[in-house]
Amino acid sequence: MANKIFLVVKREYLARVKKRSFLLATILTPLIFPTILGLFLWIAMSDMSGDAKNVIEVVDENNTYFLESSNLYNFSYLGLSVEEAKEMVQNGERYGFLHIPELDIDQPVGITFYSDEIPGMSLKNSLETSLKMKFEEIKLFSSGIDPEILSSLKTKVNIRTIILGQQGGERVSNSVVNYGIGFLAGILIYTFIFVYGNQIMQGVIEEKSSRIIEILVSSLKPFQLMMGKIIGIGAVGLTQFLIWIFLISAVSSLVIGYFGMQMPQQQILEMSGQENPLLGDDSENFIQIFQMIQNIDFFQLVVTFLIYFVGGYLLYGAFFAAIGAAVDSPSDAQQFMFPVTIPLLIAYMGLFIFVLDDPNSRVSYWLSVIPLTSPVAMMGRVSFGVPWQQLALSVFLLISGFLFTTWMAGKIYRIGILVHGTKVGYKVLWKWLKEN
Amino acid sequence: MEILKVQSLYKAYGNHIALKDFNLSVEQGVVFGLLGPNGAGKTTLIRIVNQIIDKDSGEINIKNEPLRMHHVRNIGYLPEERGLYKTMKVREQLLYFAQIKGLKKKDAQQKISLWLEKLDLKQWQDNRIQDLSKGMAQKVQFIATVIHHPDLLILDEPFSGFDPVNAEIIKNEILELKNQGTTIILSTHRMESVELLCDNIALINKSQKILDGPVKTIKEQAKANLFQIKMVLEDQVSIPPWGDVEKHENHISFKLSLNGQNPNDLLKNLMQYGEVFGFEEIVPSIEEIFIQKINESHGK
Repeated sequence: MANKIFLVVKREYLARVKKRSFLLATILTPLIFPTILGLFLWIAMSDMSGDAKNVIEVVDENNTYFLESSNLYNFSYLGLSVEEAKEMVQNGERYGFLHIPELDIDQPVGITFYSDEIPGMSLKNSLETSLKMKFEEIKLFSSGIDPEILSSLKTKVNIRTIILGQQGGERVSNSVVNYGIGFLAGILIYTFIFVYGNQIMQGVIEEKSSRIIEILVSSLKPFQLMMGKIIGIGAVGLTQFLIWIFLISAVSSLVIGYFGMQMPQQQILEMSGQENPLLGDDSENFIQIFQMIQNIDFFQLVVTFLIYFVGGYLLYGAFFAAIGAAVDSPSDAQQFMFPVTIPLLIAYMGLFIFVLDDPNSRVSYWLSVIPLTSPVAMMGRVSFGVPWQQLALSVFLLISGFLFTTWMAGKIYRIGILVHGTKVGYKVLWKWLKEN
Repeated sequence: MEILKVQSLYKAYGNHIALKDFNLSVEQGVVFGLLGPNGAGKTTLIRIVNQIIDKDSGEINIKNEPLRMHHVRNIGYLPEERGLYKTMKVREQLLYFAQIKGLKKKDAQQKISLWLEKLDLKQWQDNRIQDLSKGMAQKVQFIATVIHHPDLLILDEPFSGFDPVNAEIIKNEILELKNQGTTIILSTHRMESVELLCDNIALINKSQKILDGPVKTIKEQAKANLFQIKMVLEDQVSIPPWGDVEKHENHISFKLSLNGQNPNDLLKNLMQYGEVFGFEEIVPSIEEIFIQKINESHGK
């Protein structure tokens, strides 16, 4: 008996893995994201490297406000007139010019930025901030404060969040990192369920409409066939997923490494241990994020991910199999898709609106416990840390959930797979469920 | 022994009665023809026997035991609408079906090779079904049906989709299987195609069996003792009262009933009038018998 399920699993698995389209999708999909990332980085970098691009001419009629060049923009003070500066911009020698007319420092009005193209919001903001700081500095200076005290006043603030562990252990957390992980894991499970659920449905419809099923039912129980198909296709998904993990991490580290953003782990640990005056703010942030990534319990994350990945797939896979068995063609399947799409959509939207926003709210709790939404919603919570009691309850309900849907789907499948030409609606499905 | 016995079988789909008070008995080792027009109930019967659908009432016995799922495993079934996994290769597919039907891998491989050779498909074994012609796919399906050497073979419209050459090949394979002891039930609406193949037949029309028995007996019974006669008359002018006489260029032809005489006496009688060069008993084809039976039942 189990041997026959294995035969079906093997067929379903090999029939898909051997296809050229599987190979293409498996290899190309993970390349897409790093490629896009790399492309953006490349464009951004080549954008910044141009000479004239980041030089801004300042025409200051007060001869007072000297802005300091940052790593993004260089300010040049050639003492030109407005007309001359305009010409330079038009000739492409400057990105733009900032005109500071004679003004009253208490009411600075009339400051204008000229450029050939529309400046980005970030440029406008950073110019405003620079000027504001300059004005404040001058005001403070004129009120008699020592410039040295002034420079010592500049403080960099960075809030760290720490989760109090159960044994009093503390670990550093970072919402951004947790958010990212929850977001990715949730979306992956959502996509996986849809893509592979559909494959189950298509496969069942193929067997039904081509009457292959009529040859198979004499040797196999319909339930064996259904389970074999669900497990086989699930195995295809897992294979694809594992290959992706491998490829994405390989390609991503290549891309990041190429752009010089990667540092050997040892070096980072050394740097984070000591004060390094040479390191700027950015690298400090980077080290922190790195620490936080290290602090995430990856073992727990991977294990829970696999549980919800498989559990969610089995739960919905049974639905898809039942739908495939009930209809004659994919176009008829539409009417039965609601019970599948609605809870998944709720889970998906819940993930963004509630779970990632506040992983411990009441809505998040319920979304991550109810089996129909938990595979997507719980993954949004796991990286933030979930009490084990809640996790256990959620997993228990998920397992009961898929046992239940499989049992129900088995009944519908058994009858539906051999029924042709009858218009099947919810009423008929209900009758099938009751009859066995 | 009866390999299949069906008693007072009844099946309805909603308001439509598919089979009504249906009885059938198939002896082991024969080729049994299930004949009737489309929609007569042939496929319903076959599906019930294969446990694809449930009967409403009645009894079905396989070798004197009530039909169970394990009996179905000894049935080879070729459905009317052929189904194979289109993207699977020929050999892979046959191996899958053989293993599902309980054959060991090694044993299955051997049998597959044998059959591929036999049906001239060897060079196609690594092609996908979708790249094969319809006739070739049909042959693959036929192999899938017989690969596990079932006791009972049920073929629904086995010759549809075959060209005459391939139909002949399949016909010979069926006869060979019969010689090996397999019982074969053929279902078809093309009665002329199986007349020579079947030992026994059942005629089905509108969910009921209207006639069954050995082909020979049925034909024997359907004979009206009519003879088709061709002769040249000595006296061309006065033709004896022989009914509808067709005049040809230099001979006449007509049908004559024995009327209680034996054929030799009739022939002697005829020879007095001239030279007889055609004297043949008219045996109706199964199709003619079928039509006649239907008309009789309408006449009632």
